[in-house]
This record gives sequence, structure tokens and C-alpha cells, in this order.
Amino acid sequence: MTAVRDFFRTFFLWELLLGLKLTGRNLFARKVTVQYPDERGPQSPRFRGLHALRRYPNGEERCIACKLCEAVCPALAITIDSEQREDGTRRTTRYDIDLFKCIYCGFCEESCPVDSIVETRIFEYHMENRGENIITKDQLLAIGDKYEQQIARDRAMDAPFR
Amino acid sequence: MTDNAEATNPETVTIEVDGRELEVPKGSMLIEATDNADIHVPRFCYHRKLSVVANCRMCLVDVEKAPKPLPACATPVAEGMKVRTRSERALKAQKGVMEFLLINHPLDCPICDQGGECELQDLALGYGRGVSRFTERKRAVEDEDLGPLISTEMTRCIHCTRCVRFLEEVAGTRELAALNRGEHTEIGTYVGAGVHSEMSGNIIDLCPVGALTSKPYRFSARSWEMLSHPSVSAHDCVGSNLQIHHVRGAIKRIVPRDNESVNECWIADRDRFAYEGVYSGERLQAPMVRDDSGAWQETDWETALEVAGEHLKGVVTREGGDALGTLVGPTATIEEMYLAGRLTRGLGSANIDARLREADFSDQDRSGTFPALGIELEALDGVEAALLVGSEPRWDQPIVNHRLRKAALQGGAIMSLNYRAQDLNYPLAAERVAAPADMVAEFAAVAAALLETATGRQAPEGLDDLLAGAQVGEAHRAMAARLRDNARTAVLLGQGVQAHPRGAVLRMLGTLVADLSDSRFGILTDGPNQAGAWLAGAVPHRDAGGQPASQPGLDARAMTEAPRQGYLVLGAEPERDCWDGAAAEAALRQAASVVCLTAFVTDAMREYAQVLLPVGTFGETAGTYVSAEGRWQSFPGVAQPVGEARPAWKVLRVLGNVLELDGFEYDAPDAITDELAERCREETPSARVEWLAPGREAAAEDGLYRVGLVPIYGGDALVRRAPALQRTRHATEQGVRISAATAQQQGLADADRVQVQQGGHSTVLPLIIDDALADGAVWVPAGLTATAGLGPMFGPVALARA
Repeated sequence: MTAVRDFFRTFFLWELLLGLKLTGRNLFARKVTVQYPDERGPQSPRFRGLHALRRYPNGEERCIACKLCEAVCPALAITIDSEQREDGTRRTTRYDIDLFKCIYCGFCEESCPVDSIVETRIFEYHMENRGENIITKDQLLAIGDKYEQQIARDRAMDAPFR
Repeated sequence: MTDNAEATNPETVTIEVDGRELEVPKGSMLIEATDNADIHVPRFCYHRKLSVVANCRMCLVDVEKAPKPLPACATPVAEGMKVRTRSERALKAQKGVMEFLLINHPLDCPICDQGGECELQDLALGYGRGVSRFTERKRAVEDEDLGPLISTEMTRCIHCTRCVRFLEEVAGTRELAALNRGEHTEIGTYVGAGVHSEMSGNIIDLCPVGALTSKPYRFSARSWEMLSHPSVSAHDCVGSNLQIHHVRGAIKRIVPRDNESVNECWIADRDRFAYEGVYSGERLQAPMVRDDSGAWQETDWETALEVAGEHLKGVVTREGGDALGTLVGPTATIEEMYLAGRLTRGLGSANIDARLREADFSDQDRSGTFPALGIELEALDGVEAALLVGSEPRWDQPIVNHRLRKAALQGGAIMSLNYRAQDLNYPLAAERVAAPADMVAEFAAVAAALLETATGRQAPEGLDDLLAGAQVGEAHRAMAARLRDNARTAVLLGQGVQAHPRGAVLRMLGTLVADLSDSRFGILTDGPNQAGAWLAGAVPHRDAGGQPASQPGLDARAMTEAPRQGYLVLGAEPERDCWDGAAAEAALRQAASVVCLTAFVTDAMREYAQVLLPVGTFGETAGTYVSAEGRWQSFPGVAQPVGEARPAWKVLRVLGNVLELDGFEYDAPDAITDELAERCREETPSARVEWLAPGREAAAEDGLYRVGLVPIYGGDALVRRAPALQRTRHATEQGVRISAATAQQQGLADADRVQVQQGGHSTVLPLIIDDALADGAVWVPAGLTATAGLGPMFGPVALARA
């Protein structure tokens, strides 16, 4: 009996029609596709994208080279060298993040006692040459400078939950 | 410690700690009992090597029938005592103390160098509250500059006074104190004099918080990212055990490794801070050879080794084996010495010497296996009398001095016969200051004083010649009596004997004095591995294994005074490291081929060398040092060598292959060590020199005589390039020292700087009037850049107003 039923179903392309039914329904349904890059989906203030190093409003870099981010990083993506700056403060001389190693877990941001290293909303970036995957302290500070307003707004928004 | 206590004090008591029965020696403190039973009691001020003050109160424990919690560090054990270290009452007391300690402690752990290895941080985790109840203002304390080695952050201080007690009890300098009272207590020097002890770095380790940290290390690494590997000090014959902390192959700091029989838990500043020299700008980065025009060219290892081989081979084929000389520097390991010795002898030369700072080698065939200490370092703590001849252990071997100080504080009579009055941190029982020319007569007088009372002992032949008319005085008799009448005694010769032009006679006299007084006889040698040099065949009269060489070669002094055509220089800067720096430099300059295996390159080296091969230095090379005690201590190479540098044993091994010598097929340094150890198995340490009637020495000419010993921070290439050490008072306050009477006589009483002239060489140095010196003796330190071009360490010298 089932063999007969299967024969007719195959003969009349029953499964195909079932599939086309779904297609047909969606043809007239409301569209969900976002036309990236012209359109963009919503982003959480907790979005964990490209890293940045922040500064205080007076222009002083926040990072104090405590190396907690380096220690907590599960992917060992952060490399820091530090020394005493001329004014006697503890500062980094090198702050490298290997973006290929980074898994964007956000632990560095969590561990930072001075809110210096943060993950921004930036997710669109690329590398063209070998070695560009390692972003240096200067680049990180530049990103921080450029997006400081956004970064500060996001931290403020998230502050009640921290 | 317990083992000792149990051995000497058989009486024990039984106490109960946290329900466990413990048998502990009577009279010991509760905290010692718990520490030995692995029961942890928190503490800050207690340290097993320091006196008990019980001022941090962190170790409060609950003792049954006691009305209040008692501090474990200051509570002697008693029979039947019942102690609870984790009871509610004990924990409440400990947590209360912690809360008080944290009231004034800043919350700057992220920038504190102690972060991650901080005792307060660790204990705060277990005993601190999550949130502070203290809302008032925190105390702030001004920092004091303690010198170039120790960085201060006194707001963090919790007044445990470990540093104060260390400097008073161990270093013996009393440079720090607790000033004021209560909340106003501050640790400081009060007069702003800084801390200058030669062991000051230990207070960095002792400080339980980040109040005292290392200045050179400041902010450069974190405790958790560093790897730690064992090593051995490369700066004195003690062989202090160290631990190297490094990050990604770069040495970040040195800390002591506990070894009760060597350095206990202390190390000298020289051992701790000399590592900075490893990253000096003067490191040789790549192999260098001269091109056809004589200009230096960087090259690859293969070419450089070929060229080096051609140079060495060329010299021996052209001029014969005797035309080659090998100078081995003070910090070479025995593996390097052994290979250098085999290489030199393989090329048909016997001229190899590591005794660069010695002057008199006439006793080398009559002396024992190697210049040994003759007494265990640990036994120095308990000597009842010791005579130091030409030795300033405080500057030369700080750990030996620390042990002698312990002996002196227990009533031991430490005596000195030296060119200048000792500047020690304990009282001397007797002291004689002799000009270099009188040294032999003075020492002979001590021997003669011993002979006066020795029954059945004849004065050895020629002793009268040594006395040279000097009378045996009361002072000599007093010294002799102390050595004779005590059981545990030692006669120790130092740098000032080794470098003395009549060193052989002094060593012979030392053996005689030790024999007559039944004392131990030893030599506090220069560098970390003089003993190794004798065992590894890096001396011209002994083959590897300490066997007499069939064909003795030239010693270090002869090699510089009778210039060779070719030199192989291993880890030495002959112009600074040799007894006669000027002669050494001249000899190297006239030589056709000079091959230097060196970590550091100097201007002089660039002028006289033909091939420069970069080798690893402290921390970068695996090897073994044999301390003066005869202790073989191996250590691994842990740091990434700078530039193209390679461990010297590897370079020598390949050089051996290039020269087609047999038996240079080693894959690891252990293979070399084992082979050598096998050959040295029969050797027992002894520095004794057999008596041989010395001839009468011509009377010394009147006039000024140089005493050119090596100062504390001038001994080897590494120390000389350690910036922090070179900024200390011990390094900066170097100059010509003469007594006021000598200055008066020379018309230099008001001069600030003088020109020192020695055999056609001269240099200008600051003049320091120092009445510690014998009249006629001129203290011109050796081993410094400023004095590199001068002549012999001991010899006639002239001073002129500059």
C-alpha cells in the first residue's frame, strides 16, 4: 500500500510542491533581510568587537601596565612590556593584541581596573598584509581616541548592571 | 633548624595543635612548631632568621586557658598546651588584625610591584573583609630615597620592621629604624643617608608588602609571568645559590635560593643586581672579523670560526705551539675552562692560565689540589678565632663576612692582617695594618710567635730571612695565642695575598701558621671558579683532573711579560682583569693573532683583536662553578643569549672541530661536566703549600707602593656594566687613597685629584685621605675603567698633583 502511495507522490512531484508552497508563502511575507552595508542590524552596548585603549579626559592614557588583561587572556593574544616612565608612573612600552589569536571573550575588559582596554562596536576591519593582525599600542589608542564618545556612552549604559 | 634544635636539646614537650599531637623542642616558639608541622599560621613580622618582635599581631592563635589570643611567634611552647589556629576566636582575632592593617594600606595593587607575590594581598584574600568599614582618610607617608638599588613606597608599609631587624641583625649596619609612634610610625633613615649595606637587597625580599621593591626591576614585569630557574652566583668564590626570574628569555631579576650550607636565604647586592650588565650596550651582537683593510666586519658564525681557526693554527704552525697563550677570565665555567685547556694543549701549547690577578706562581708545584677554603662555609659561623690575611671579606665575599660576623657576635675572635684597617660591621679582636713591603715580615712574625711556644717544633729553614729583622711583638703573640688556644680556628688568605708579588711566600706562611696553631687553612679566591680552573686544567702546571702537567707552560703573568704571537682570550678583558693590565694590553697589541671569545666588546679589544666571537654570559650559558669550598654547582642556561651570542662551550666545541682536534664531540654541557668530574674524583680540596726555604728578598725601596685590589663592584665584566651597582656609594667613591701622613709627606694634603704614574702609564683620579691605610701604601683600585691602563696591582707608584 505504501509503495503505491510513494509511487504517486513521486510521480506528481508532491514533495516539490510542498517546498514550493513554503517559497510561495515567503514570497509575499514581510522581508527580514538587512541590506548590509546600506542597512544594519541593532547592536548591543555590550558588543565585543575591535579593541581600543582609552584615555582620561585630560589626555593621559589610562593603562597602568598592571598586566591583568595579559594574565586573564585565554588565547594569550595580549603581549605587554612595561617600564617606569620618566614621571615615575608605571606605563606600557608595548601593548600588542594579536587579532588572529583573540577570541573576543571580553575578559580583558572585565579584568581592567582602570577601564582602559575595551572592546568597541567595530566589527568591520580587515588585514591586507602579514603582520597587520597585530595591533599595537598606538593603533589601539588611536581607535580609543576616535570612538571615545561611543565607548563612554556604552559603558554608561551598561554601568547599572556591572 | 628543628633538626639542630632537637640534636642539641633532647628535651621536648608535647603540645596539641588543631587536634594534632606534636613533639616539639622545649623553648621553641609556637610558630616554629606549627611551621614544622605544616600548619599554616598567617604572619608578617616573623621571619625565621630574624629576632621575634611580635608587632604585626597577625599570628594570633587561640590557646586553651589563655585569657586572650596569643601571638604564635612569641609564645613559647609548654607541656600540654592546647592550641587552635582556626577556631572562631583565633579567626576573629586574625581578621580583626587584618582589618586594622588594611585601614591605611593603599589600594594600588595594580601598579604595585609586589602585586601577585604580596603577603598582605595573599592573606587579605583569606582574612580580609570584602568591603572596608573605614571611611576616614588614609594615612600617606613621604618616600625616602634609599639609594640606587631600593625603591620605596612607604605608604604601603605595615611596620613589620623586618627590614629594620635585617639591617641591624644580619647586615650589621643599622641604617633603617622605626621613627615616631602609633599612626605616625615611619620606617626611614631619619637623616636621609640612604641604605648602603652590601647586602641591602635582601630587604626587598623580606618586605611582605610593596613598600621596598627593587629599583632596577621596577615596573618591568609581574611575578606571575616570570619563569624561575636555579642558578649560581658568578661573582665570588662562595657560589651563592640564586633563582633567575625571566620573561620571554630576558632576565628580569635575581632572587636568592635557600641553601643553608652556602648562602642561607641571603645574597649580596652584587649577586642580585649584576644581571643588569647582561643587557649592557657593550654586548657583542654578532661574530666579527677583520677584512683585508683591517676594518671590522660582522659575519656569520661559520666564517668567523673558520677565520679564528686559521689564526690559531697559523700561529702554531709559523711559530710553534709555545707562541700561543690562552687567558681565561674569572667567570668562565669549568666546561669552558676544560675545553679551552684541551684546545690549547691540542694545538701544542701549554700556556693557559685563569689566575689573571695573581703575581707569584713560584709555589704552584708545591701547592695542594686547588686554592680551597679549607673549611665548610657553615663552619665559619662557629669559628672561635680566625685570622684574615690580605682579605677584606666584606667587599670580596659578603656571605663569608656575614658568617664571620655571626662567629664574632658569638664571641669568636676575628683578626686581620691587612694593608688597611678593615671597615667591618663587627668588632675585630686584633688588627695589624702593614704596608705591602712589610706584609711578609708581619705574617712571619705571627708564625715566629707561634714557634716560641710550640714544643718540639723547629723553625723551618729561612723563616729568619722572611722576618727580615722584624721583631715579634705583643700584637703578634696575641694573635698567635688566639689561634693556638682555641679549638675551631682558621687562617684565611684573601685577594691581597693572591695579588701580592710574594704571594707564594705568604701562602707558605699561611700553611705554617695553620699547622702550628692547628687551624684550618684556606684561601678566599678571586672570581667564582678559581678552584674549577685548577681542576679543569686551565692552569699551566696542571692537566684536567688536577694531575701535574707533563710539560708546564707559561703562567698568566709570564704570558703578558713575555709576549706571545697569538692569544686566545676567553671571557676576559685582560686590560682590566690581569695583574698588570698595561703589560697585558701591550702584549695583546703586539700579537699577530688575538681571538677573543667575549660577551662584551671594549675599545681596546677592537684594536688588538683579530676575531671577536660573541659568547653568552651569566644566565645564558649552562655550566658549573666549583666554589672555594670545593662544591660543584651546575646551573642551566635560561635566558636567550643577546644577538648572535652562543654559549662559550659550544663555540669552543666547534672551534675544536674546525681545528680537527679529537674528542670535541659533545652534545650537552653535562657530558663535559661528567667527563671532568670523573677525572677529578680523587681530588680532595687543599690549598696547602709545602715549605721551601725562601731566599732573602732585597730590601724594598723606599717610596710609594701601590695596593691595587679589586673593589666590590669591579671584579668582572658583568658587574662593571651593571648601572645600578655602579651608582652605589661603593662604586662612586673610588679613588686614590693615602693616609694623611703620606699625603703630608708627598705635599698632597690639600689636593683633590692626583695623577697616578706607574711605569710610564698614568691616570688622574680623585684623592681620598684615608687613615685606614698603612703609610707609604697607595690604594689604587684595580679592575676599573679609570685604572685599566695602569701597571701591576702591586708595585711602585708615583703621585703628582693633577
